[in-house]
Amino acid sequence: MFRRLPESEEVTVRFSIDGRSVTARAGETVAAALLATGVVSCRTTPVGGQKRAPYCMMGVCFECLVTIDGIGNRQACLVPVSEGMAVRSQHGARAIADEPLAEGAR
Amino acid sequence: MKQPGTVGALDERYDLAVIGAGPAGLSAAAEAAEAGLSVLLLDENGAPGGQIYRGISGMPAKRRAILGADFVRGDAVVERFERSAASYARHATVWSLAPDGPKGFEIGVSLAGAARHIHAREVVAATGAHERPFPIPGWTLPGVMTAGAAQIALKASALVPAGRVIVAGCGPLLFLVTAQLLAAGADIVAVLDTAERGNWRRALPHLPDFLRSPYLAKGLRLMLKARRAHFAAGVTTLRAEADADGNLSRIVYGQDGRETTLSCETLLLHQGVVPNINLANAVGCEQDWDEAGLCFVPRTDAWMQTSIPGLSIPGDGAGIRGAEAATLGGTLAALGALCRLGRLTAEERDRRATPIRAEFERYSAGRAFLDALYRPPKAFRVPEVAETIVCRCEEVTAGEIREAVAGGVTGPNQLKIFLRCGMGPCQGRQCSLTVTELIADARGSDAATVGSYHQRPPFKPVTLGELAALPTTPAAVKAVVR
Amino acid sequence: MTAAADITVIGGGLVGAAIAFGLAQQPGMRVAVLDEGDIARRASRANFALVWVSSKGVGMPEYATWSMDSADGWAGLAASVREISGIDVAYERPGGFLMCLSDAEMDARIRTMKVMQAQTGAPQYAYEILDHAGVRKRLPAIGPDVVGAIYCDLDGHVNSLRLFRALHVAMARLGVSYRPEHPVDTIVPGQDGFRIRGPWGEFTTGRVVLAAGLDNARLAAMVGLSAPVVPSKGQIIITEKAAPFLNYPVQTVRQTDEGGVMVGDSQEDLGFDTQVTYPVISVMAQRAVRMFPLLAGLNVVRTWSASRVMSPDGFPIYEQSREWPGAFVATCHSGVTLAAAHAQILAPAIRAGRLPDDLACFSARRLNVPKAA
Repeated sequence: MFRRLPESEEVTVRFSIDGRSVTARAGETVAAALLATGVVSCRTTPVGGQKRAPYCMMGVCFECLVTIDGIGNRQACLVPVSEGMAVRSQHGARAIADEPLAEGAR
Repeated sequence: MKQPGTVGALDERYDLAVIGAGPAGLSAAAEAAEAGLSVLLLDENGAPGGQIYRGISGMPAKRRAILGADFVRGDAVVERFERSAASYARHATVWSLAPDGPKGFEIGVSLAGAARHIHAREVVAATGAHERPFPIPGWTLPGVMTAGAAQIALKASALVPAGRVIVAGCGPLLFLVTAQLLAAGADIVAVLDTAERGNWRRALPHLPDFLRSPYLAKGLRLMLKARRAHFAAGVTTLRAEADADGNLSRIVYGQDGRETTLSCETLLLHQGVVPNINLANAVGCEQDWDEAGLCFVPRTDAWMQTSIPGLSIPGDGAGIRGAEAATLGGTLAALGALCRLGRLTAEERDRRATPIRAEFERYSAGRAFLDALYRPPKAFRVPEVAETIVCRCEEVTAGEIREAVAGGVTGPNQLKIFLRCGMGPCQGRQCSLTVTELIADARGSDAATVGSYHQRPPFKPVTLGELAALPTTPAAVKAVVR
Repeated sequence: MTAAADITVIGGGLVGAAIAFGLAQQPGMRVAVLDEGDIARRASRANFALVWVSSKGVGMPEYATWSMDSADGWAGLAASVREISGIDVAYERPGGFLMCLSDAEMDARIRTMKVMQAQTGAPQYAYEILDHAGVRKRLPAIGPDVVGAIYCDLDGHVNSLRLFRALHVAMARLGVSYRPEHPVDTIVPGQDGFRIRGPWGEFTTGRVVLAAGLDNARLAAMVGLSAPVVPSKGQIIITEKAAPFLNYPVQTVRQTDEGGVMVGDSQEDLGFDTQVTYPVISVMAQRAVRMFPLLAGLNVVRTWSASRVMSPDGFPIYEQSREWPGAFVATCHSGVTLAAAHAQILAPAIRAGRLPDDLACFSARRLNVPKAA
């Protein structure tokens, strides 16, 4: 759990986590936004169902994987949060059958 | 500074491609662009600075004050790059790199959801460092993260851990982060120093070098600041434990044969940084075991060139020397590339490099002292508790690895096949060093002999759809459709 | 001389491990396996893990039968390996698909099946020719480009990495002496056995089984055998884990029990080159995405290229040396499919000292006969 340092000139964006509407600072990553809104764990692992949370914040550990706008296994620490974004915590392996078809799929 | 936002906006060829927008990459790109090369800088993040100068552009003064004077040095590095004619592709992923004959290198790039190969005659891979794995029981629990991660949250988003925070481990960054978090008002209830007490003695022979290094003032200042929190030195064991919900709720540490339990909401771990060698390893660069730094480093020459001609690795990616040395190393790498491309004579290159190299050596000088002083103890590198997870992705434990070695596995690559260790999404970044040292320990061998994982492209995720959109050839079709 | 082992298998890959496991299942013989170390040319690390029958054996109907016999023995192999090692290798035989993306491919596939079964002595197993709708009934995730498929219920798949480990654990528990970091320089035959030499020293054995993959070409000549195998380059794509979406193996696309999707399989004659090349990877990816469009968004975690062990006609070589009886060679490119036959049929025959007559067709001498014009 993290708290924000008060700073002026804040531009906020509104997005959702598991359907709950929350705000973030414009430009920050989804992982930072998750930490700031009190999310403790963002996924369970496909191997053993263990709870995991952002660990390295720099794209190395792949622990902060979440579903963003319907696409699973996105690295939350590398994706900037944007207005209206729908972020979902992930349970186990990515469910590709439930996802919208990626670009390039025919 | 051009900013291509799609792969279509990239040129087919550049004189120099730079991977990574930390100090080494920024200065290499700026130096080369100023000398008239066509330069493309590719970076995963949204703004220049790398991890060390993360979020520096447009950062409010208050946050800068918390981060301290060293951080602000990054302004000059970023500004020099932004003034240059180099192209800058942010949020770009480099997933493959291979020598491609007279064209130089073929580089696989993803940008805005599409992949493409481009070419560059020279490549500077400024892939930097990441924190050394810290495999203790419970290190995968939510609430446990690296000290570097907390620092990134602070730098990039002005976030401070709420509730009780414990920092544990060793290394200069641990104390820097502790000081920064204290300045930001974090409730740090304990600092657990895992460095072996004898390290001071082992570090002493290096003192003359250290005294000449700018690290001296920094190190001591940090230590004093850090001591405002409860400080336990000589910690020999550590485990993190969960509450009923499976989240971190307390830690148990051992010191002088006694165990102490402390409640906390956040545990920040750190025991030094190590080169991020995945790309270098996958491309096939020769690498050596660095016994002082306890890590593999790509072999580089005076111009940061690896064993693969035209591929240079300046900065922490080829051995930890810190941000200032990385900035200078990036410039040296660019001078080397300029000379190889015929833009500088060897004499001119050497003349320009001389003062830079002197300063580079000065910043590098303190390293032996820091390596010796903050050498992470074996118990925290080679887990003794069998249930400790080593490979976080595939959830492989130290006990399983020891069992596989007892069954005849002699190295990391056979271990992958046996246990899937290192085959998850992080591609071994979080377990490679632990696995090497664990196998060495179990075999009674050494890390250099055991070796490391052979990495495979893609270095970073690229989708099957992106690969499907790459150009093909009739021969390639024939190889598949039979 | 006093032999250190009664039978020594050279090579600890899937072929060698399966044979050693089979040899050790009956007590009474000291079995050793000499293997290379961590860095070696190992086809076993890069196979596609199919236990496959359909369409195999054009040009040698006995190979079709051999593959089918092995596939039929696979449930037994999986059970015995699990019993001894405690490891479940995730063997499944739901039947497999040969997917076609054009009418021409469909015609060619059907023709291959017919040609194979028209051969004298070829096994007459059943298979289904399915159109798009027929495939979709069983594989709802297929894309519109799928024209049809051949489905054969004899085909299956396994977790081949776990098989590799399970065979090693099982053979160790059965008392096999496994010696890694033991590359072999020479084999010297003598009246009462073989001396095997390497940088590590010398090892004496009553019998020797060459299961060293591509190195068999070199070793065979030392014991009066021939195994003219050459590398055939194959590239593989492996994705991150996904929730189960594909319940059947498709010849070039399969989802492992752990969730990862494997995409194969290319074949190029480029010597020992194992560079991943993107035009080939792209064709493989394109075809996989056309078969299953939902794969397009999956992240690739690894691409891989390795050398298959290929004989001139593509079929296995099994033989005992006439000149030096007690020396055997076993080489093939389907170490997974044939693992059951190797453990259950070949190993007991080697133990008995004589290969059965119905394996005579796999002698390398077939390769010396010039083809009729």
